Amino acid sequence: MDILSRIDIHPTHTSSDGKFKLRRGRPEPFGASLVPGGVNFSVFSSYATACTLVLFEKHAKEPFAEIPFPDEFRIGNVFNMVVFALDYENLEYGYRMEAPFPAAERGQPAIHRFDRQHILLDPYAKVIGGRDVWGQTPDWEDVYHHRARIAFDDFDWEDDRPLEIPPEDQIIYEMHVRSFTRHASSGVKESRRGTFAGLRDKIPYLKELGVNAIELMPVFEFDEFENSRPNPQNPDQLLVNYWGYSTVGFFAPKAGYAATGKLGMQVDELKAMVKELHRNGIEVILDVVFNHTAEGNEYGPVISYRGLDNRTYYMLTPEGYYFNFSGCGNTLNCNNPIVRDMVLDCLRYWASEYHIDGFRFDLASILGRDPWGFPLANPPLLEALAFDPILAKCKLIAEAWDAGGLYQVGSFPAFGRWAEWNGKYRDTLRKFLKGDSGQVGSLAQCVQGSPHLYAASGRVPATSINFITAHDGFTLRDLVSYNHKHNEANGENNNDGSNDNDSWNCGWEGETDNLGIQALRFRQIQNALILLLVSQGVPMILMGDEMGRTQYGNNNTYCHDSELNWLDWGLLEQNNHLFEFCRHAIAFRNAHPVLRNTGHFRNRDYVGSGLPDISWHGTKAWYADWSAETRTIAFLLCGRHAKQGTVTDNTIYVAANSHWQAHWFELPQPPAGTQWHVFANTGAPVPDNVWAPGTEPRLENQQGILLGDRSVVVLLAK
Amino acid sequence: MEIRTETTDGITVVSLSGDVDASTAPQVQETVLPLVTPGSKVLMDMTGVPYMSSAGLRALLSLYRQVAAKDGKLVLVGLSEEIADTMSITGFLDFFAARGTVAEGLQFLQEG
Repeated sequence: MDILSRIDIHPTHTSSDGKFKLRRGRPEPFGASLVPGGVNFSVFSSYATACTLVLFEKHAKEPFAEIPFPDEFRIGNVFNMVVFALDYENLEYGYRMEAPFPAAERGQPAIHRFDRQHILLDPYAKVIGGRDVWGQTPDWEDVYHHRARIAFDDFDWEDDRPLEIPPEDQIIYEMHVRSFTRHASSGVKESRRGTFAGLRDKIPYLKELGVNAIELMPVFEFDEFENSRPNPQNPDQLLVNYWGYSTVGFFAPKAGYAATGKLGMQVDELKAMVKELHRNGIEVILDVVFNHTAEGNEYGPVISYRGLDNRTYYMLTPEGYYFNFSGCGNTLNCNNPIVRDMVLDCLRYWASEYHIDGFRFDLASILGRDPWGFPLANPPLLEALAFDPILAKCKLIAEAWDAGGLYQVGSFPAFGRWAEWNGKYRDTLRKFLKGDSGQVGSLAQCVQGSPHLYAASGRVPATSINFITAHDGFTLRDLVSYNHKHNEANGENNNDGSNDNDSWNCGWEGETDNLGIQALRFRQIQNALILLLVSQGVPMILMGDEMGRTQYGNNNTYCHDSELNWLDWGLLEQNNHLFEFCRHAIAFRNAHPVLRNTGHFRNRDYVGSGLPDISWHGTKAWYADWSAETRTIAFLLCGRHAKQGTVTDNTIYVAANSHWQAHWFELPQPPAGTQWHVFANTGAPVPDNVWAPGTEPRLENQQGILLGDRSVVVLLAK
Repeated sequence: MEIRTETTDGITVVSLSGDVDASTAPQVQETVLPLVTPGSKVLMDMTGVPYMSSAGLRALLSLYRQVAAKDGKLVLVGLSEEIADTMSITGFLDFFAARGTVAEGLQFLQEG
């Protein structure tokens, strides 16, 4: 025995049944932590008067022990205890809570929902068993469905750390872990399909595409069987909680997304994936859902929070109904100081333990509501996240609206840190692309990083996460193939999903053999991608849009574990010209810092180049027509002003014509000693529609260029 | 869990049979660690191991680190495809030298 060993490695108490050696624990950290000789359990409840630790062997139906926390082990509202000599690798644990309130009946409102019968998941569980393998039907009679386990958290990161890519240099690829490689065509080994390991195998593809950040739809433990039901169109198939926007545990990765989930090694698998992405220069952003939990409303299951401390975790009406600002049954009480700390603990854990580079907050406006639902001027949670030292270099991205009617794009409380999913960018780009009138002014704002939303409050262009498509809504191919949503397969009579899609089918609803329509759709997809990739701010591309993925008009595929969601890699070959276009457009952005400014344009020449940083043109050079019926616009980015004049780049000219007729664009003079070269012309047939950066051919007529109907041209002066 | 050890020509060959998990990993460590001296060369023959748990992999990595700390070398041979796959997915394989057969493992240890 080492004489310097601490004496607290020895037990001081014995459990009442005489089977377990115990010791007073520590209230912090919350959750279950390995300590010398045992496990420290710590759980809080503001109103519980007694707590019992329930221990299971992995997968066992019945617990092997129930150990009440001795009264003297409680500090404040925290029950804590060390239990010695546990086989912690095969251990599952939960809690029973007691309080002097009547048990709440299912379906009835109640402020408190304590019930000793329920075994409750630790909100701080780092590993959660019970749904170890995706889609494996659970035992519905199980007394404890989502089972807390203990993580080692001893991963060897070697020299890795979050990449800290400057925000304006990011190109985000929004994706779903399972959808990415679940399809047999992914070429991934069968045992790895649809998993973190499968994603890791596909890193070379992401590198080839050129994106430098992936944004993963929720990967915190969720229950794919939540609200599962037979598919009305195919009774052999279940509709499930496929997207995962319904969190069971905020500290645990989704076991069903891990090829090693059946071995309980999802923590290592996800970390190994992150490490490998980082090695390849790709950041990892997590879509986090703090607005509600998987417990639903009064009728929902008792999993954890409501049984531990209903009044603390949830926003409740005075009668004890759940407020529903999330549209999902309940609302997490994020500006309660206890819940706020849990959110902070959670993000700190993911940033430090998993080296996560950033977070995108689903329905983030909810995080700015007080416990009664009112929007706060300076929400403490958002402030705490913005100023946190561990999160200091993380990207914080808000979906700046909620289902309760709060819409804060441009006004989200930012504290100098928060970026926003720019829903207005999406809407404007869509309207312009389909040829709506009155859009050129708004479009001009969008391609500049939306200064009308952000400049006045001192927020940089990278505040704007620019996107035309995201998981919510049509894919890019469907955006140009459908006027209306076709959500019958969701089993809600096509009532779910957004009706405001600003989509245009190009003349026929859905798939068609008409070559003219096909060509127009291909052009429209290119127009969308190129405008996205030459806009200031941060572009976000939806998984599969680069190869023409379709959901057959379904704009809300949250419930389908099927080919409707799985990426068909056969499209890569089928639509290779589209992939090539997208890849070149990304490479073009990466090659040209003038597209990635750190600050907003000043609309003047402040480096002495003879050109303003940005200038506006139309079919006539130096004359932009902003009138409502105009559908043509062009702009010139002066290369000497790149990154606020700190680097020199080529001067770039972008012209867009969303009119149904061709237009001749007179070109402004390129800088002295340079000539116009063509990088992209979506009106030209493949392969003259795009050129690999560096190989752009000289434009024959330097005075002007004809833009075909509904097309975009990008020229480079060199 | 059955553990056989044999040292010839300065190389310790450890042959394991049975699962390596939380209950058997300490046994492996207790048997092998005393044999690790400065500059040790250790070959772990895993041919008889059908399953390794998370704790088992950790015990192995810990062993590897202790050998490396004493400027020794450790090589794994005969990993089943499934174990090798798990180790690859979870990142453990990156830290080990692994060879297909005992002969290849011995050759690795004899080089340098």
